[in-house]
Amino acid sequence: MASASAATQVLEVFRYSPEQDPEPHFQSYEVPFHDDWVVLDALNHIKDRMDWSLTHRWSCRMGVCGSCGMMVNGEAKLTCAAFLRDYYPKPIRVEPLTGFPVLRDLVINMDDFMEKLVQVKSWLIPKEPRELSQGEYRQSPAELARYKQFSMCINCMLCYAACPVYALHTDFIGPAAIALAQRYNLDSRDAGEQQRAEAIQADEGVWECTFVGECSKVCPKDVDPAGAIQQAKMAGAIDWYKALLPRGKG
Amino acid sequence: MREGYRRPIPATWWLQKRSYSLFMLREFTSVFVGGYAFFLLVLVSRAQDPASFASFYEALMSPLSIVLHVLALAMVLYHTVTWLNLTPKVVIVWRGEQKLAPFVIAGAHYLLWLVTSGAVVWLVLS
Repeated sequence: MASASAATQVLEVFRYSPEQDPEPHFQSYEVPFHDDWVVLDALNHIKDRMDWSLTHRWSCRMGVCGSCGMMVNGEAKLTCAAFLRDYYPKPIRVEPLTGFPVLRDLVINMDDFMEKLVQVKSWLIPKEPRELSQGEYRQSPAELARYKQFSMCINCMLCYAACPVYALHTDFIGPAAIALAQRYNLDSRDAGEQQRAEAIQADEGVWECTFVGECSKVCPKDVDPAGAIQQAKMAGAIDWYKALLPRGKG
Repeated sequence: MREGYRRPIPATWWLQKRSYSLFMLREFTSVFVGGYAFFLLVLVSRAQDPASFASFYEALMSPLSIVLHVLALAMVLYHTVTWLNLTPKVVIVWRGEQKLAPFVIAGAHYLLWLVTSGAVVWLVLS
């Protein structure tokens, strides 16, 4: 329900145009305040009615696609879920996700994240090749429960933006990619744990994490990547000790 | 060209958010945990020689030493509590489709801590 008043709210938006600006700057826009508007509505209003040059990513507008993640007053948030009313009447500062290079205005370069998803092999690696005629892979509700939480990740990268370790050491595989690796490691249909260990048990993998815990706090889907990383550390440590045993893996 | 603009990270990044500052405090308390472990080693080593232990014991009674001990106690307690509170993130116990509640995991660790501390106190006093 939109308010009928002529109230307005100021958005201080991060602007950067690689062709024109040696350094980024902030630009203020006064937008109409509506009770049911989110920051993304305000950005779309600026783009449609005030300044077509503003560049930002968005798609579904309902917390599913993971495209509209930005820093809102310093917090990593999906802008489709950040209501203006929660900040009104104070100004709202909107910046691109921390830790990533900025391509233009609010759009970050996500190539590094995409490469990390490949590094950790975030897909199902079946135990054996299977023909279609052999039927489906069966799984019990208890087996599904083991990994379901980690499978809810929408690749929004808010966890990377909240992680100071990633901001300081971009070699770090990072929260979402490790949570997704753990998602497949815990899947009863999967047999790729050893293949993924090469990336996630490396120095740049789980052992780079110092358990700040902010990744889990900002996750819009309660995936708990911090938990996934610590559980992967535990699994790696157990494997390492097992390998020391006479009949262990080695 | 596609790499994009990298924003500098200020050295004071950990002061910008309360949660980051608390994280740094948690990490900093490790210095006291390690330091006090070293102190205990020195204490045991000095206790072997009663003559030199008397002067060492006297130095421990100084106001500076008492302040340091109180500070170390506060730091080690903070380190322990924050560490034990994180255990439910690491230890996951499944019962069918349900995880064991986090307070049970953390509670079991607190109980183990109390029992171990009690055993150490009993050992020292007896």
